[in-house]
Amino acid sequence: MISLIFLTTIFLIVIGISGVLFQRNFIKIIIAINIIGDGVNLFLISLGYREGGIAPIFTNAVSLNMVSPTPQALILTSIVINLAITALLLSLSVLIHSSENLVNSKKEQDEGKPASHNSKN
Amino acid sequence: MSKIIKIVSLTALSPIIIFGLYIISHGHLTPGGGFQGGVIIASAFVLVLVAFKNDIKLSHKLFVFFESLGLVFFIILAFLGIFKNTFLYNFLANSSGILGRTIQFGANTGCLNSGGVIPLMNLAIGIEVAAALSLVALFIIRHKDQNKTKYD
Amino acid sequence: MKNEFKKYNFLNIKIIILIVLFILLFASFATMRNFGEPEKTEMDDYFIRNAQEQTGSNNVVASIVFDYRALDTLGEAVVLFTAVMGISLIFTKNRNFSVLKKNEQNN
Repeated sequence: MISLIFLTTIFLIVIGISGVLFQRNFIKIIIAINIIGDGVNLFLISLGYREGGIAPIFTNAVSLNMVSPTPQALILTSIVINLAITALLLSLSVLIHSSENLVNSKKEQDEGKPASHNSKN
Repeated sequence: MSKIIKIVSLTALSPIIIFGLYIISHGHLTPGGGFQGGVIIASAFVLVLVAFKNDIKLSHKLFVFFESLGLVFFIILAFLGIFKNTFLYNFLANSSGILGRTIQFGANTGCLNSGGVIPLMNLAIGIEVAAALSLVALFIIRHKDQNKTKYD
Repeated sequence: MKNEFKKYNFLNIKIIILIVLFILLFASFATMRNFGEPEKTEMDDYFIRNAQEQTGSNNVVASIVFDYRALDTLGEAVVLFTAVMGISLIFTKNRNFSVLKKNEQNN
């Protein structure tokens, strides 16, 4: 059947997407987006495995049977770009929280209530 | 924060920076490299920023200067390869210059003098990532609410 | 009209989307090759065989990231720089949102 690593990847992606669909707080949505990125990176790394292989580094190497190094080089870029996206999203949420008179919905402006930290009410 | 946290964070600053520089400089021999070492150095600055929130004078122009310096150094290293063969060419590997010792195929204990232009690129990327992440943490920690209106 | 949609607590459209996504992911992972048996490895064998003589570094991943595919690293450094530049534009001191403020028209 399916190996255990692919099941973990499926669960990470589904949990991340369900977090984006069902949560209301901004910080929880950002954490869920981060979980989707982690699941995709895990899947990309697990594609290059070779049975009985060691890490592709020749310093004090034990054997010469190595796993493939190309997916590892690709997810370095992916991790850094996910980090940049998360940093931008977090600072946008700080901006939303600090300037409340910018993002009031029209219904709450008529009632005179302050906008809360959730995205929909 | 209390006094214990301030003293311990200042004491742990030097070993963290040295460890990060070790990971950056041995990027062509052991797992690690520019990005990983840069994040380690940035975590040292974030530790100091969280312990001393407003008591320390850190201007953001210093970090902006170092971040731009890292990226410009990387681009200069890329343009220097045009004199040999092409853009982004490893012009220091297998030469008799400063970082150009040849290495045979097989397992060996590493040599710091090898690698060509890879350790210099690691240093440039490490400086850039450390300055960029410290800058983001500095902006978010020292942000003051200015336009907050209170409803009665 | 709005209260009629609140009765369907179980078969929400979001739960249907999640179940369909789970089934599709499961079916696509079941038809893959087994874990640990790669099929075509010519490029990886070339990298492992020739990285030490051509670049002079023991770390094959570092030689791929900084020598064989250095253009991706250049693009990634520029993306990180641009994101931090965007963040520093948000947190300036005297931000003026006079285009978006509705209260200034009344004053």
